[in-house]
Amino acid sequence: MANLTLVEAVTQALAWELEHDDSVVVLGEDVGINGGVFRATNGLQQRFGDQRVIDTPLAEVMIAGMSIGMAAQGMKPVAEAQFMGFIYPMIDHMVCHAARMRHRTRGRLHCPMVLRAPFGGGIHAPEHHSESTETLFAHIPGLRVVIPSSPLRAYGLLLAAIRDPDPVVFLEPKRIYRQYKEEVPDDGEELPLDVCYVLRDGSDITLVTWGAMVKETLQAADALAEQGISAEVIDVATIKPLDTATIIESVAKTGRCVIVHEAARTGGMGAEIAAQLADAGLWHLHAPVKRVAGYDTVMPLYKMEMQYMPSVQRILNAVNEVLEVS
Amino acid sequence: MSSNVAAFNINHYQFLDPAGNLVGNNQPAIAREFDKLVDYYKLMTLTRTFDKKAIALQRTGKLGTYASCLGHEAAQVAIGATMREEDCFAPMYREYGAQLYRGVKMSEILAYWGGDERGNDFSGPQHDFAWCVPIATQCLHAAGAAMAYKLRNEKRVAVSVVGDGGSSKGDFLEAINAASAWKLPLVLIIMNNQWAISVPRSKQNTAQTLAQKGIAGGLPSIQVDGNDIVACHWAMEKALDRARNGLGASVIEMITYRLSDHTTADDARRYRDNEEVDQAWAREPLLRLRSWLESSGVWDDEQQQALEADCVEQVNAAVEEYLALGYPGNESMFDYMFAELPHDLQAQREQALKELPAQPEGHH
Repeated sequence: MANLTLVEAVTQALAWELEHDDSVVVLGEDVGINGGVFRATNGLQQRFGDQRVIDTPLAEVMIAGMSIGMAAQGMKPVAEAQFMGFIYPMIDHMVCHAARMRHRTRGRLHCPMVLRAPFGGGIHAPEHHSESTETLFAHIPGLRVVIPSSPLRAYGLLLAAIRDPDPVVFLEPKRIYRQYKEEVPDDGEELPLDVCYVLRDGSDITLVTWGAMVKETLQAADALAEQGISAEVIDVATIKPLDTATIIESVAKTGRCVIVHEAARTGGMGAEIAAQLADAGLWHLHAPVKRVAGYDTVMPLYKMEMQYMPSVQRILNAVNEVLEVS
Repeated sequence: MSSNVAAFNINHYQFLDPAGNLVGNNQPAIAREFDKLVDYYKLMTLTRTFDKKAIALQRTGKLGTYASCLGHEAAQVAIGATMREEDCFAPMYREYGAQLYRGVKMSEILAYWGGDERGNDFSGPQHDFAWCVPIATQCLHAAGAAMAYKLRNEKRVAVSVVGDGGSSKGDFLEAINAASAWKLPLVLIIMNNQWAISVPRSKQNTAQTLAQKGIAGGLPSIQVDGNDIVACHWAMEKALDRARNGLGASVIEMITYRLSDHTTADDARRYRDNEEVDQAWAREPLLRLRSWLESSGVWDDEQQQALEADCVEQVNAAVEEYLALGYPGNESMFDYMFAELPHDLQAQREQALKELPAQPEGHH
């Protein structure tokens, strides 16, 4: 059993699926001999050859469009967008084709592809390399959006994403690519999509988050525990479709909810979660639902990026506000 | 000091001139394969008859917005006739002639423009792509299909059609680039009908040809008279053979003319002169093939009349089938979204079936 970082778990999942399913191909810019700019595909081309792990010309639209074409003809392409900041030209194909191919052909064609991209801030990257725009995809009917927050979940969820017969946007929180290692058995066992993962049980407040923000949220829960406050922490993991039931079940127990995400506040998935709570969980609530999110500003360059992103302190501030009124 | 590091030329091919005479040397064998030419002529006539009827259906409120294929029949039938069943067609949205050849039913074309997804679940080859409205994206889907065939060592070719307008889009250029980089079994056709809705070819760019965009990406590229089925057929066979034999992709610019409005929602009189359209009618594809068949003694007025009557009958039967299709059922809004309906959609499906009328008001 290997002790792996999150990015190494991604590599291990890709390798497993390349090994066990001939229809899987990995493609993207610099994914071949270079192993990807984050090394997510490290060693894969050397192991599986350049017909399975394919360096593409520098053309994001092409990567998305050809992945769709391949997927419709029986392949399972796993495409990499080098950074989420370069994913936007691909949206045309994801929205107009990948998301609707099964529906508009009444199931005659479908699109079993995965579009992977590293996303989020906190690594002092250049402009356009730090945004969290997962909601753009979550809004589109026909797409699944999956975000792992640990090496184990990266492995299991990526396997599930590749095996899923429909398109999945798989966003990897690059700030925690190498945050810590954990034992990740290379057993080909997938983890379920479409469900939240309860990372910590609690009874006083529910903290809902995903991606890299799981780290600060768990730290906030530790700090709260020292004050005698018991926080439940939920990693949403699949942000679309949203596992509302698990969140509402938790809030039914705690009566309080704070949602934490790096993405800009307005129209972020926090808004959807809050709306779901207002709809189906209102009578469980002892206090208003709070969001701790990125500001509705342009993501600043790196001198200021940590100011933009939710911090442990900002999470604690929101929790205290909620506790004060209830 | 300077030296010439690249040179290219684009050849234009025509074998059957607008008057229906064979021209030039080295005419391909298909020019005298009259059984085939008669079949093609019949399908071209059916395509035109269908097109006329579809517009009439739209004008009388029985069909939604429809994109006419008037004037493109030779190019389209040549594409359909030269492809194999196992090849993959990624059309834009008006290549009915090619699709009819490949087994798509007229009633299915009508179903699609009649607002019903079942039209895309058509009777043609099941791996063919559906109609593609966003412009030029289909070129990359075809490139992806070609990549799949190449990776699996299958002797199959993907064929896509883009308009002169669509050739301005990055998708088209990226498909050329990819096909060149990976030597893909792909044929990209620029159906140059001179108009991108209201923008004429002359305002799209100043390149002498659109075919040369293929040269820029490293693909052999030619131009043919798109109203000459012999030239289109010859060019398609050549490109398909090349692709099937592992020699890579090609670009064919087929010069034709959009004799219709862009769609039934368009009025071309707002932006182009009748005179230009009148001149284009003199070059249209059906008449020249008919002339060639007649002067070769394999076609006459009696056969023409019988064909026209038969086409009307076939089209009317297709219209009957289309009109009898009925409402697809509210559940179909949900049931094809995913292989397995996720929990959020299960809830919405349940709610929709409860709260919606079984059919929208006014549906017949």
